[in-house]
Amino acid sequence: MATTAAGTEAPAFYDLDPHEHPAGGSTMLGFWLYLMSDCLIFAMLFAAWGVYGSAYAGGPTPKELFDLKLVAVNTAMLLFSSLTYGLAMIASDEDRRGATLGWLAATAVFGAAFLGIELYEFSHLLHEGAGPQRSAFLSSFFTLVGTHGLHVTFGLVWLAVLMVQVARGGLIPANVRRLQCLSLFWHFLDVIWIGVFTFVYLLGVLR
Amino acid sequence: MSAHHDAHGAAADHDGGAPHGTRKSYLIGFALSVLLTAVPFAIVMADGIVGPQTAAGICMVFAVVQILVHMVYFLHMNTKSENGWTMMALIFTVIVVVIALTGSLWVMYHMNANMMPGMGDMSGGM
Repeated sequence: MATTAAGTEAPAFYDLDPHEHPAGGSTMLGFWLYLMSDCLIFAMLFAAWGVYGSAYAGGPTPKELFDLKLVAVNTAMLLFSSLTYGLAMIASDEDRRGATLGWLAATAVFGAAFLGIELYEFSHLLHEGAGPQRSAFLSSFFTLVGTHGLHVTFGLVWLAVLMVQVARGGLIPANVRRLQCLSLFWHFLDVIWIGVFTFVYLLGVLR
Repeated sequence: MSAHHDAHGAAADHDGGAPHGTRKSYLIGFALSVLLTAVPFAIVMADGIVGPQTAAGICMVFAVVQILVHMVYFLHMNTKSENGWTMMALIFTVIVVVIALTGSLWVMYHMNANMMPGMGDMSGGM
């Protein structure tokens, strides 16, 4: 009885061996998860800014310190770099190594310009005595904007290394994968900057 | 075996790779971003076109819209890539971010409001 019942059931097979996945098949998902955890770091820094952003301790206020024209130029630099990176990715899709390297170089120039303007702004603030030790407002400002700037710095280092790799090895799958990871990283930093210029600079000046 | 492997590899190559945009989609995203950045800056820099409350509201709405534009046109978010896991991770992150931000602001606002008089509120002088 039991044997006939078992015999009518279709046998089920479970494949317990790991499948052969192409190299780097899970890299993009893994990198996305890293970006999401990075997003949580920035969320904490934004929360700190939200709490401390108006604790001036009798010191200078955002309205006195922030130069919105400079911030607008800075925002434009980062936005241009996002566009040029996108064009680099399209060039790599079309397997044009020279164009890819050209757009990557343009991205690096815009990224470096962004960083240069930010460092100029920081040195200007420090010169005016508005360093991170002045008030909780400035501590949280330097932590949040500085962390973003550090990310851009490491993005630039990564970009330079990738340009060397693409120049040497060409647009092989491994290099294209690395370009895609940096693409996510770079555009992600631009998304964070939207939060920075809105909540730190624009709303700070409005307060 | 090799046929299976080839098919698997081809499929992974087709939809496993990161989705990418076209020149047109990048330029549309860029144009929208320029607009969504320029308007809030213009409103705040003009200083007094609208009240500060309205200006702050406009800035925040434009920021949210611009983040969505970047997500779609630059980060190529969709519900299908990596079988939906990127979207799941994003939704989870957004939930945690919203809890952390609203929780921090809410709790600290009440702490501040309930401070003993004479100790000075956080925006006061030291």
